Amino acid sequence: MTNTTVPVRRVPPFGGFNLTFLLLEIRRLLRNRRTVIFTLVLPVVFFLLFGTNSSYANEPAGYGNVEAFIMISMAVYGAMLGTTATGAMVSVERAQGWSRQLRLTPLKPVTYIVIKVLTATLVGLASIAAVYLVGSIAGSHMPASVWVETVLIAWVGSLPFAAFGLFMGYLLPSENVMQILGPVLALLAFLGGLFIPLDQLGETFRTIAKFTPMYGLNELVHAPLIHQGLTWAAVLNLIVWTTVFVTGAAWRFRRDTARV
Amino acid sequence: MTAYPSLQRAATAVVLPSVRLRGVQKDFGHVRAVRGIDLTVDPGEVVAFLGPNGAGKTTTIDMMLGLSRPSSGTVEIYGLAPVEAVARGLIAAVMQTGGLLREITVAETVRMIATLFANPRPVDEVLSRAGIADIARRRVGKCSGGQQQRLRFALALLPDPELLILDEPTTGMDVEGRREFWSAIREDAQLGRTVLFATHYLEEADAYADRIVLISHGRIVADGTAAEVKALTAGRTVRATLAGANAPSLNSLPGADSIEVRGDTVLVHASDSDAVARYLLDQTPAHDLEITARNLEDAFIALTSGTDEPDDRFEGDGTTASTVTASATVPEGSSR
Repeated sequence: MTNTTVPVRRVPPFGGFNLTFLLLEIRRLLRNRRTVIFTLVLPVVFFLLFGTNSSYANEPAGYGNVEAFIMISMAVYGAMLGTTATGAMVSVERAQGWSRQLRLTPLKPVTYIVIKVLTATLVGLASIAAVYLVGSIAGSHMPASVWVETVLIAWVGSLPFAAFGLFMGYLLPSENVMQILGPVLALLAFLGGLFIPLDQLGETFRTIAKFTPMYGLNELVHAPLIHQGLTWAAVLNLIVWTTVFVTGAAWRFRRDTARV
Repeated sequence: MTAYPSLQRAATAVVLPSVRLRGVQKDFGHVRAVRGIDLTVDPGEVVAFLGPNGAGKTTTIDMMLGLSRPSSGTVEIYGLAPVEAVARGLIAAVMQTGGLLREITVAETVRMIATLFANPRPVDEVLSRAGIADIARRRVGKCSGGQQQRLRFALALLPDPELLILDEPTTGMDVEGRREFWSAIREDAQLGRTVLFATHYLEEADAYADRIVLISHGRIVADGTAAEVKALTAGRTVRATLAGANAPSLNSLPGADSIEVRGDTVLVHASDSDAVARYLLDQTPAHDLEITARNLEDAFIALTSGTDEPDDRFEGDGTTASTVTASATVPEGSSR
């Protein structure tokens, strides 16, 4: 420190992004018992409850068995819970003033979002891995290529829900935002056909279901198993909802970081 | 430092003020929270922003930190935009409340923030300088208010900032916590760091600052040394009920500095309040006499109500402060 000249100071590269911060973020998330239960335990328990019985193990579904079909549904459900919960962490961080503290560092607001999204991808993948691991032991079977394809679709396809979580995290000032989002996601999963096949629902419900955010991903992720081609309704559904969530998150994010 | 470097010197070594505010105003809707502040803080100064709640201290500090943008005027920190100065670790701040995650430990908090700076000081070093090395493994939610405040201080030390900003740093602390916190800050300031802190305690400003900037209603109303500012609060006010009182008849009042008559009430500001009281009770039919110490609040009111007459305003003497005072009066005269 000197009183006459200001020493040359560096700005950190990548807007402050670094792996240590990312790892500490993930550790923080894993320490949150509710998040772990939501993303790693609940989907596995649902799978064991609804997906494993001898008839499902023997009943074929496309290239595999019904158990595999339900395993995929639960993995997607878990990934969406995980990515949403990660995004929604911003509500807690804002409530505690952490976001403000971060603005007194070189971390760029956009970098902060990138870190959140990366954390979400890892949580989503962990959730899928947990269900698939239990599924592979409990008797789900389908061709190796379908295992890989469904993991990729579930993983990438659940990412828009990180934006959903961010959107809601900025929108809802509550520290318990997941207590609101948990039931909402369960309802959306139901309407999207993750819990009950949509053809078991009435005509009206089936029509409504096609416009809800989990419908598109649910259709796409099961396509490799039941060798059904892409349906444009599903693709369109995913694109529209992704746009809605990303736009919403960006809108709230800009408002939050606007220097008023 | 009285002036900016000559052109020849500027080419080699640029001396930049730590803080330079020019005509800074800040509106929130229809409320003008900051009404034209000009302020220069030079490197090495320890400056107190002294003012009552709602004076505009935090609003001004937020603009210095780039947390908000002035409605008009400019803010420069070492010649840079505040956000740039923050990114380079030139300026750091200890905020009043919040800013910490309750579920992680003290050391984890410091480690997380440390990863974000280009050349942070070692985590252990800032923990011990802030006096919290012994509670490094404690969860933030379990720390006392004073410990959390020292954690915020540790975070502010990470970039080894040239300028440290403290916004009412001891709010909610007990006497002991307050004393410990300030001794840590003072130790730090002795190393030559520029410090600017906001407070509404005159004692705090008096004990820890070289220079006090008084703020009231979004304006700088005085700027000088602690002794000069304290002189503003010297004396007492004698208030009495005196039927038919008029100012000329009281002109002979001994020991009075100023006399104000409001109907049947006489208000006398005096350095010798005893003499005033004795005279009023012995020589006049005055009754219901009250003597009150003139506090900072009164000084603020006196200073703010006198904004139309520059002579009423407190002027600093010599040194840096006086130049700042002079510049601070300019926009006030021309204010809308």
